[in-house]
Amino acid sequence: MFEKALVGSRKYWLWVFFLLVLIGIGFLAFLAQLEYGLGITGMSRDVSWGFYVAQFTFLVGVAASGVMVVLPYYLHNHKVFGPVTVFGEFLAIAAVIMCLLFIIVDIGQTHRLFNVLLHPTPHSMLFYDMIVLNGYLALNLICGWAALHGEYKGTKYPKWVVPFIYISIPWAFSIHTVTAFLYAGLPGRHFWLTAIMAPRFLASAFCSGPAFLLIALLIAQKVSRLRIEPKAIDTLSKIITYALLANIFFFGCELFTAFYSQIPGHMYPVMYLFKGLHGHTEWVIFMWTAWIFMALAALLLVIPHTRRNLNTLVLACVLLFIGAWIDKGIGLLTGGFTPTPFETITPYRPTVPELLISLGIWATGFLIMTVLFKIAVAVKEARAA
Amino acid sequence: MKRRDLLKLAGLSAVVAGGVPGFLNKEVKAREYTPPPGALTAKRWGMAIDIRKCWEHPECRDCIKACHHIHNVPEIPEKKKEIKWIWKDEFEHAFPDQPNEFNDVLLQGKPFLLLCNHCEHPPCVRVCPTEATFKREDGIVMMDYHRCIGCRFCMAACPFGARSFNWVDPRPYIREFNPEFPTRMKGVVEKCLFCYERLEKGQIPACVEACKHKALIFGDLEDENSEISRVLRSRFSIRRKAELGTGPSVFYLIG
Ligand code: SF4
Ligand code: SF4
Repeated sequence: MFEKALVGSRKYWLWVFFLLVLIGIGFLAFLAQLEYGLGITGMSRDVSWGFYVAQFTFLVGVAASGVMVVLPYYLHNHKVFGPVTVFGEFLAIAAVIMCLLFIIVDIGQTHRLFNVLLHPTPHSMLFYDMIVLNGYLALNLICGWAALHGEYKGTKYPKWVVPFIYISIPWAFSIHTVTAFLYAGLPGRHFWLTAIMAPRFLASAFCSGPAFLLIALLIAQKVSRLRIEPKAIDTLSKIITYALLANIFFFGCELFTAFYSQIPGHMYPVMYLFKGLHGHTEWVIFMWTAWIFMALAALLLVIPHTRRNLNTLVLACVLLFIGAWIDKGIGLLTGGFTPTPFETITPYRPTVPELLISLGIWATGFLIMTVLFKIAVAVKEARAA
Repeated sequence: MKRRDLLKLAGLSAVVAGGVPGFLNKEVKAREYTPPPGALTAKRWGMAIDIRKCWEHPECRDCIKACHHIHNVPEIPEKKKEIKWIWKDEFEHAFPDQPNEFNDVLLQGKPFLLLCNHCEHPPCVRVCPTEATFKREDGIVMMDYHRCIGCRFCMAACPFGARSFNWVDPRPYIREFNPEFPTRMKGVVEKCLFCYERLEKGQIPACVEACKHKALIFGDLEDENSEISRVLRSRFSIRRKAELGTGPSVFYLIG
């Protein structure tokens, strides 16, 4: 089946080549970081996690969102999702691999990574995160590949994968829940110390991930003979809508708790992000962009007319993806670390090498996704022909 | 419901209520450790800082100098990357949750000595995925530099900003090298270790020894007759962010 990835148009190869260049640049920047240390990044004694961990967190959500197509198909027998589930699973594979790469580049002693395995520590949430992420990767490799292989050979997916598919559904929820638990439960970090961290994570994941999947599917449809049923798009866009509304609602709950209680510790991070604090306004413009984008997307998605129109639907998906990415891929981290435990502000800005490494990892994810989608599309085209 | 069922239910909920969080909160077992003969030992080491004595000598930095010198703590000029084990900061920063507009004249801008609190329930230990950070039987929260993977989870978890990370190789920044204590490498976390290496040799911590004004009192919190226990019984003291429940073992005598 893999040979399907090796034949393609000029455009396909150009795209692959472009991604390889980005990966190469990112890798060189990573070598420089290995040599110099994490001092090459913009992180500091006060903001000790930054862009890498934020990307990791966001992408765990994208990975988990694969379940939003798997679940309706396998649990509710929602037939129109049949042809797209494999794409959801492949997106999850690419996203989980990116997550693992982001963890690897974030660690100060890269070669000691396996200490986590050598000294299993069940009181650390990172221990569970490692288990659920790797487990999820394995589950999606098994389910996605087996289903596609079945299609390749012209049969249904083999019987033995069914249990794996069922396990993969709660498992998807677990990866984002455990990731939320990395944050929720740390004393003194008010922005993270909230019981709705996991629900909020899931809501933002279940809108941004499927939004991304939807765009990817439309692109795949454009560049190939793959046909996606309008009904599948319709259901997917409704899932996105409700998840986005939940995300906005949860955020409102956070605002209420912080500002009605008037507890300074709970208000300061939000004020820092949205208004600036002690003259520090570095993220204000980003955060407003994020939530205005998400509000606009919500509007476009709630109105049936604009939701059904492919152009406005794509626009809404793009807006919401950018919004969710800023909110979770930057805001969540900086808000947790600012103000510092001393009620001071140490601004964090990612540096160029940090961004290049991140870009390299994103490119790796896109490459994996491109290849997997290519294979899936080719198999489906061959079936259809 | 029958009485027996009720009892059963009560028992079950007790198991659920006590068992599950109990497992998550379980105190991390200290590693087996036998102190050598002549070592100073305690059930729970703690420190009291007579902050009024400190204020009488605002220029004095003897404790910081002594600690940082013997532990090869690098002097990194860039503030964002700095390493510190014991340092001074203002009241407002050390106790951000204790503003008192009427007390301002007493405490505003006053320096406090800060260091790792060697918490009784240390969140840094709870989160560490490799047990590079662990709590000893005697209450000292330790760091194993060789096991630390540099994930910095402990830094996110410590509500006192007590930990530093080696963003770059610290060795070029060490002023006067002390061959008796190991230097660190880039990519690991470090902090005050209550001079465990000196206690082993029967010596008190370097900062306590260096303080000629006797502002630092180090001793066993669980020994009623220790100097620290006596002083804590007789004078008013505060701890940083006590409401978070980490149980700091560093006390500030202010009354
Ligand atoms: S002060 Fe911070 S580093 Fe020290 S024991 Fe407490 S939580 Fe851990
Ligand atoms: S940085 Fe080191 S000491 Fe801190 S949590 Fe990670 S492994 Fe443990």
